Amino acid sequence: MYPFSYSRATDVADAVRDKAGHDGSAYIGGGTNLIDLMKMNVEQPPHLVNVAKLPLSKIEDLPDGGLRLGATATNSDTAWNEQVKARYPLLNQAILAGASPQLRNAATNGGNLMQRTRCYYFYDLATPCNKREPGSGCSAIGGFNRVCGILGTSEACIATHPSDMCVALAALAPTVRVSGPNGERTIAFEDFHRLPGEQPEFDNTLVEGELITSLDLPEKGFAKHFAYLKLRDRHSYAFALVSVAVGLEMDGDTITDARLALGGVAHKPWRDLSAEQLLKGQPATAETFGRVAAHVVANAVGRGSNDFKIELARRAIVRALKQAAEGQQQAGDVYLGGQ
Amino acid sequence: MSQTNHIGKAPSRVDGPLKVAGAAHYSGEFNVPNLAYGYVVSSPITKGKILKVHADEVRALPGVLEVFSHENVPYLAWFDKSYKDQIAPGGSPFRPLHAPDITFNQQPVALVVADTFELARYAAALLRIDYEQQEHETNLETKRTEGYAPGGGKIGFQPPPPPRGKPDQALKDATHSIEAEYAHGAQHHNPMELFTTTVEWRGDGKITAYDKTQGVYNVKNYLMGVFGLGKDDVRVVNQFMGGGFGAGLRPQYSVFMAVLATLELKRSVRVTLTRQQMFSIGHRPNTLQLVKLGTNPDGTLAALQHHALHETSQFEDYTENIVNWSGMLYKCENVKLGYQLAKLDIYSPQDMRAPGAASGNVGLEVAMDEMAYAAGLDPLEFRMRNYADRDQNVDKPFSSKKLRECYQQAAAKFGWETRTQEPRSMRANGKLVGMGMGGGVWDATQVKSAAKALISADGHLTVRSATGENGTGTYTIMTQIAAETLGLPLEAVTFELGDTDQPEAPIQGGSWTAASVGTAVKNACNALGEKILKLAQKPADSPLKDAKYDDVEFVNGQLRLRLDHDQAVVLRDVLQASGETQLEADSSAMPNMVKQNGYSLHSHNVAFAEVEVDEDLGSIKVTRVVSAVAAGRILNQKTARSQVLGSVVWGLGMALMEETVMDHKFGRYVNHNFAEYHIPVNADIPHIDVIFVHEDDDIVNPLGVKGIGEVGMLGVTAAIANAVFHATGKRVRDLPILLDKLL
Ligand SMILES: Cc1cc2nc3c(=O)[nH]c(=O)nc-3n(C[C@H](O)[C@H](O)[C@H](O)COP(=O)(O)OP(=O)(O)OC[C@H]3O[C@@H](n4cnc5c(N)ncnc54)[C@H](O)[C@@H]3O)c2cc1C
Ligand code: SF4
Repeated sequence: MYPFSYSRATDVADAVRDKAGHDGSAYIGGGTNLIDLMKMNVEQPPHLVNVAKLPLSKIEDLPDGGLRLGATATNSDTAWNEQVKARYPLLNQAILAGASPQLRNAATNGGNLMQRTRCYYFYDLATPCNKREPGSGCSAIGGFNRVCGILGTSEACIATHPSDMCVALAALAPTVRVSGPNGERTIAFEDFHRLPGEQPEFDNTLVEGELITSLDLPEKGFAKHFAYLKLRDRHSYAFALVSVAVGLEMDGDTITDARLALGGVAHKPWRDLSAEQLLKGQPATAETFGRVAAHVVANAVGRGSNDFKIELARRAIVRALKQAAEGQQQAGDVYLGGQ
Repeated sequence: MSQTNHIGKAPSRVDGPLKVAGAAHYSGEFNVPNLAYGYVVSSPITKGKILKVHADEVRALPGVLEVFSHENVPYLAWFDKSYKDQIAPGGSPFRPLHAPDITFNQQPVALVVADTFELARYAAALLRIDYEQQEHETNLETKRTEGYAPGGGKIGFQPPPPPRGKPDQALKDATHSIEAEYAHGAQHHNPMELFTTTVEWRGDGKITAYDKTQGVYNVKNYLMGVFGLGKDDVRVVNQFMGGGFGAGLRPQYSVFMAVLATLELKRSVRVTLTRQQMFSIGHRPNTLQLVKLGTNPDGTLAALQHHALHETSQFEDYTENIVNWSGMLYKCENVKLGYQLAKLDIYSPQDMRAPGAASGNVGLEVAMDEMAYAAGLDPLEFRMRNYADRDQNVDKPFSSKKLRECYQQAAAKFGWETRTQEPRSMRANGKLVGMGMGGGVWDATQVKSAAKALISADGHLTVRSATGENGTGTYTIMTQIAAETLGLPLEAVTFELGDTDQPEAPIQGGSWTAASVGTAVKNACNALGEKILKLAQKPADSPLKDAKYDDVEFVNGQLRLRLDHDQAVVLRDVLQASGETQLEADSSAMPNMVKQNGYSLHSHNVAFAEVEVDEDLGSIKVTRVVSAVAAGRILNQKTARSQVLGSVVWGLGMALMEETVMDHKFGRYVNHNFAEYHIPVNADIPHIDVIFVHEDDDIVNPLGVKGIGEVGMLGVTAAIANAVFHATGKRVRDLPILLDKLL
């Protein structure tokens, strides 16, 4: 770990100013990811601006019927918020499927979006990694890539975004509000994370110095028909090999609206708009689910030790769609959802 | 009723309050004055040479005290012998910072010492080292035909016995036969506590090393040999340990580094490894096994063949007993066992909980399940038909063996009779249900140990022996033995351990501590008891006047005649009347070879497991485990049960998730952290029932104990693997059984 200075911002403007005044500096929320990366020397910010105590921790109603999740609200407070539980249970389930209670108590919503990949090589300075050191090569291609992606990868990087929360968010499609040296702007969640392409060093479309201030959820919460299904190598406290977030609206047995997003498979939470189109107007049958699932993974590419993810994702999509259509809650199902 | 009968009861840990209050000090918690901190730099390459260590660049940083590497390490012992510890295998032990050669990935290549830990860590990150890289090989698959039979070397290692009967012919003639290969990757011990050594500089070349070790004398002797220190120059202390599992049996490079720096800088130094470096200190080796079994028409075993090949380093022949157990667990006249090593560019493997047996047991017990199916027999019935009443490896009877009772009691508790034999025939909650079983055998060993007992005038007993406590309950069981021997309440006894100022005890491993140190403690207390009796007999009117030691007993704070309890004196009165401030006695204990010679000494167990499998998604949930253990006499029901619970969790980890993944391109373990090296968490662990089947055995040792730390791990892994087969009809032969193997 490299030496660094530290300050605690008092308000958003102060945070943005402080960061702009220190080259290479970083915001820090709960620190559950950044501190680990600093210990491994993967990140070496000479200055940290603590944003965890900014007045951005509220969860409040929006005039358009949506819900604003403050960027510094913890993952736990977000998951257990009454509004979230009632109106966006998919988000509740996805957050609770991630990490451990201790980590969720510390982790912030902003930090969750910004957490970096869990690709083994990214963490290990002894191995080349394009994301950590552009141009050095990708060790995961041809290496051990069980945790790596199958969709939207590039020859430069096959890493995944590891978040559970963000998979539910991808399905719920909030806007991300940010504040930066050039003022405020909003980014559609869909456009927030990016694919690796030739520049895997960039995880997202945030511009240098920008601070996430909130996530604004639209009104539609798919509270009746949803599922978050997470598959992993142990029943809790492990990142997703594949996860699926589904939100449906149903008229009898017919699907009238659909959201479908996958985790553990791509450089960004993988929302599939064309699959959603395929679901709309269709009967909620095994045949429909199978067709849609096959469509989602049609272009998936395995890299050896993650080949199985293609079939696993296909089956997981079918299962999650079925659960959502049936309106099965998964709360307490440690086995597949996880607390 | 006696209140001072403690053995076999279930008292809580006597050291529990200290741990909860933070008053139990671990190696990294001795904050001696003027402490400097060392940070180890590990090689990023697997094979090659160091060309240059650019030490001057970081030496220049204010607060950095020194950078040690092969370039400046002082003259140390020259012969391999000096580096060999008590359980060193054959070959040349690794010598840290000895030469520019790199022989395994993450080899420690430098130690940066600074005034603060943070500075040492930072300076270590800045240290530039130039390497010349050479081709390496870390893949056991490439060595399938290059296995060789190791010589002896390590204590406890037994080459497989020669073949008996006609194993090849019998296999050919068998009514049914199976042949299968089993594999598992490397696994690391991963105790929670990191390897840490705090070395206190006591001036004048004298040091005290607070070291994370399962053997303080082993470390002391190593340090004396390597650094040329005298007996009185070095004291090694370890009173508490946050888990060892075998990782602390051999002196680790952390203690070498810390002592080196202390002696050179004449200043106290602490070295703590990182979690990543915990993957560079030895492991359960990647192992391939081939098992062939054949049966007679009556379901008895006609032939058994078991061959194992595992990795070792280029410099040592690490050995463990993998296949020998297969020659003694079942009755079979035609047996062939084989054992080979292959050299790779890795660090030497190291004993890890039930070393060898845990590996070989999976091969044998999964094969037994396959054989039972091939022969159309219930897996439990198949084992009953092949029950071994003698150890055919050595052709001796067992001193005691209640494995049959283990089978029966565990099967009843588990409800084995509800199982239907056909794979995929059981379902619940929309999932496939499977039931499997496996049993095992482990050594009951006693090793020479010494202890000292002291009693003060107020009747407080202190007993000392330099054994270890890595969470197993040593403090508690030794306190129970001592208290019962001298008829005292537990509160009147203090057991002290883990200090080379105490009488010598062996490394704490092999499940032999209870038997070895326990017997020494009992002997020391009896030696003290004899002195107390003499004092009690001094007064002319002593009711014990003519009693011999065998005629008296210590109970409830009294010394009395066994046959006439009214003829008694109060222990404390005797001590106070004697005018002595303290009495002491030393004793040691050795196995009674004459008594043991005609017997095979072993503990046994069986585990039954139930799993639910989501067939579409491959996820496996272990829903319950019943484990029955026959390990002689159980000293403490509570700590023994905890050990078996822990063992079951270990078995589950081995079955379903544990594996250190090597990227052969780099020759480097890539999941070397706790986020990605998966061990079971609460959500993975089902209800576990533990049954102890009591065995009366006065042959193993006077206490009748066989040790409990390792045997409980056996059977579990195979039981889960067999349950997965029963649930799904899929036989997974390479562990761990990850969900993709069931898709
Ligand atoms: C062992 C372990 C297991 C885990 N398992 C899971 C899991 O199963 N599923 C899962 O989803 N997650 C898991 N996590 C990850 C966890 O969810 C993230 O670490 C956490 O959400 C990050 O939030 P934080 O506030 O601590 O971020 P920090 O570590 O503080 O910051 C992370 C990044 O975000 C930036 N940042 C923080 N706040 C802001 C802001 N407001 N605006 C702009 N940038 C910001 C920081 O500069 C930094 O780059 C696990 C973590 C660990 C350590
Ligand atoms: S997949 Fe991406 S993060 Fe992983 S090694 Fe390749 S470039 Fe680095």
